[in-house]
Amino acid sequence: MNFDDSAEEATFRQTARGWLEANAPKHLRQELEEAPFGRLQLKSVDATQASRAWQMQKYESKWACLHWPVEYGGRGATPIERVIWQQEEGVYGKLSALFGIGHGMCGPTVMAWASEEQKRRLLPKLAAGEENWCQLFSEPSGGSDVAGLRTRAERDGDDWIVNGQKIWTSVAHLADWGLLILRTDPNVPKHAGLTMFFLDMKSPGVEIRPIKQANGQSDFNEVFFTDVRIPDSQRLGAVGQGWKVSLTTLMNERASIGARAVTGFPEMLDFCARIEIDDRPAVQDRAVRSKLATWAARASGLKYTSYRAISALSKGELPGPENSIGKLVSGSMLQEIAMAALDLQGEAGILADPALAEAAGRFQAVLLRSPAVRIEGGTDEILRNIIAERVLGLPADIRADKGMAFNQIPTKAG
Amino acid sequence: MNLDFSEDQKQLKDQARRFFADKSPPAAVRVVLEGQARFDQAVWRGMAELGWLGTAIPEEYGGLGIGHLEQCVIAEELGRSLAAVPVSSSIYLAAELLMAAGSEAQKRRYLPKLASGEKIGTFAYAERAGAVTPRSIETQVTGGVLTGTKTPVPDGGIADFAIVAARAGDGLSLHVVDLAGPGVTRETVTTIDPTRDHATIRFESAPAEPLGAAREGDGIIGEVLNRAAVLTAFEQLGGADRALEMARDYALERFAFGRQIGSFQAIKHMLADMYVAGALARSNAYWAAWALSTNDAELAEAAATARVSATQAFQLCAKNNIQVHGGMGFTWQFDCHLYYRRSNLLALSLGSLSNWEDRLVDSLLNKNAA
Ligand SMILES: Cc1cc2nc3c(=O)[nH]c(=O)nc-3n(C[C@H](O)[C@H](O)[C@H](O)COP(=O)(O)OP(=O)(O)OC[C@H]3O[C@@H](n4cnc5c(N)ncnc54)[C@H](O)[C@@H]3O)c2cc1C
Repeated sequence: MNFDDSAEEATFRQTARGWLEANAPKHLRQELEEAPFGRLQLKSVDATQASRAWQMQKYESKWACLHWPVEYGGRGATPIERVIWQQEEGVYGKLSALFGIGHGMCGPTVMAWASEEQKRRLLPKLAAGEENWCQLFSEPSGGSDVAGLRTRAERDGDDWIVNGQKIWTSVAHLADWGLLILRTDPNVPKHAGLTMFFLDMKSPGVEIRPIKQANGQSDFNEVFFTDVRIPDSQRLGAVGQGWKVSLTTLMNERASIGARAVTGFPEMLDFCARIEIDDRPAVQDRAVRSKLATWAARASGLKYTSYRAISALSKGELPGPENSIGKLVSGSMLQEIAMAALDLQGEAGILADPALAEAAGRFQAVLLRSPAVRIEGGTDEILRNIIAERVLGLPADIRADKGMAFNQIPTKAG
Repeated sequence: MNLDFSEDQKQLKDQARRFFADKSPPAAVRVVLEGQARFDQAVWRGMAELGWLGTAIPEEYGGLGIGHLEQCVIAEELGRSLAAVPVSSSIYLAAELLMAAGSEAQKRRYLPKLASGEKIGTFAYAERAGAVTPRSIETQVTGGVLTGTKTPVPDGGIADFAIVAARAGDGLSLHVVDLAGPGVTRETVTTIDPTRDHATIRFESAPAEPLGAAREGDGIIGEVLNRAAVLTAFEQLGGADRALEMARDYALERFAFGRQIGSFQAIKHMLADMYVAGALARSNAYWAAWALSTNDAELAEAAATARVSATQAFQLCAKNNIQVHGGMGFTWQFDCHLYYRRSNLLALSLGSLSNWEDRLVDSLLNKNAA
């Protein structure tokens, strides 16, 4: 056992570090470190512009999506080199969150399923942040049960005509392209009637309406489709193969390791060392210490779980299934920590104005944003199901709609 | 980076799994549970013959001197089988205390016998309920003889000698006492886990040989408890893993309402949570194993982290294992209670969870202050 780089890894780290040293936007460092949880907001500059500028700078020196092949805008880096880059890029990586869905999920799906010409046209611009993508999967009828989606596409010559609605689409308002899964055949069981496409978000008939979130921000949207035309050449995979294609997207979500799950623990420890209860720092209090220890063990468990995955990558092996626990553990931990931090603040814990609140309102922001972490990208319950079924080999849930044609599936009680 | 055991260590782990499956099946553990033996001599001898008691004891003192990582993989398999042997007392505690504080002569005298399994050592620490602190210890040494009562002493009924913590001013001193010698009486005590021997030991002017400098016992104990916590965390991991496996297997086999109970989400999610706790504990334990084997400055933090994590994981897996088994889980006949008992014994055996939570927070604060 060791935590050392191999010789090649060390050389790579040096190269990455050297480039960052010369090029990173150091003037933003402190602001990025202090940026509240949730959508990136910066005081001195426009966050979206700063994100785009940094992405383009990385792209020009082949540090954007570095694990992608060179012809698609990357540098053909190995998985372990990607991890090293993420470690070195550190807090500047927050600037790339804007492209997270595009780089992490849409890009790999395009890479696996699009034509060569399309890949050369689309992927470099996505890597460069010149074009952004969104993922149009969830619908009002279901996010967990995404295969029950209802937005339909009907064939018309060389085109498909799309009608229906998507919901919860993050960054749709900032996206040039969308990865879109649609129902092309309602007469067969739900998984068999789906087809994947990509579309130009500026297509006529696409209407994007922001949704105001529970935390007051608006990062996700409703997207309506009225007779939107998509050329058949923008189909990914065969007609009826959409579910299989979507699994590429969803698996890539899980494989994007290295980016460490945010737990809120380091901030909480600092906070408990500063805030006082009964004239002494909260860290001296038994009840507080007990909670801190449990969180410390969980945060550390996640850190070393990712190190074990990195070890596997570094040996050229695939990370084990334990890597799928990150969001499940960190989501509820963030929420618990936020509530405990507010509790320590007493009645002043209700203050959310960064100018007045303790720790510049950081924990209040976490309180209001953390419920989403337990829902987005697979709810806690769906993640537990995945662990139970895929890791432990337990039976799949019994499905009331099994084998039923999609248009026969019940949709409400009574 | 390589936060994983080597191929050789993994092979040793496989070998240990086969050894314990063969030599220490539940039926063998039950012999001790039912009081027909105080520990499993065959397993003890077998481990000694393979050199597994002396893995971390240097060759010059009769061990194999390969290192602590090997000891960790063996500990995991021991924990998985619940083997009824005094490894933790004799090796994780007594041998480690001797290695940490013993004089050259003491190491030569005691370590080879611990490595060969010929003698069993233990550590006699606690005296009453509550966390052990120097103030909670009344045992005294005057004029080379020791007087006081220790309870519960792990493997106290079967050990040949004990390293005893005695009050010395504001601090503690350590002494080696021959348990077959004069002034020692011992009485086996009933505990929540009869598969491991425990005793109350009374010392009345028992001859005592100092171990390490006077009054420095507290610091030595702290360090050795960290080392023992890492090894124990591996035993806990093994137990947690096995309890999860038992629960999973039963959930696949048992039917209720016309379906496998493993198809009920309440059961699936319970098992998923057990898996998550185990995965976190494993990652922490690997980090701690690295810190132990390299004697890194992070050892205190890593050991406390691994301890807290492994204790929580084993307790969760063991109690839910009973739950998944329903009424069967509450029978003497099913093995679920063996894991439940052991998980709660190990949770307390080096000091309670809350005690280790304290140690963990202290080490985090020390690190932040540095
Ligand atoms: C901040 C945010 C950003 C998002 N961004 C995107 C995006 O960019 N693109 C996109 O396509 N989607 C996005 N989503 C949608 C997200 O994937 C879904 O909200 C999520 O999958 C849950 O689906 P739902 O909202 O329909 O809830 P439902 O599926 O209706 O779930 C409601 C409750 O029922 C439970 N439940 C459902 N099925 C089961 C089951 N089989 N077993 C046990 N419990 C079950 C759920 O766990 C949940 O507690 C985003 C969501 C959020 C909160």
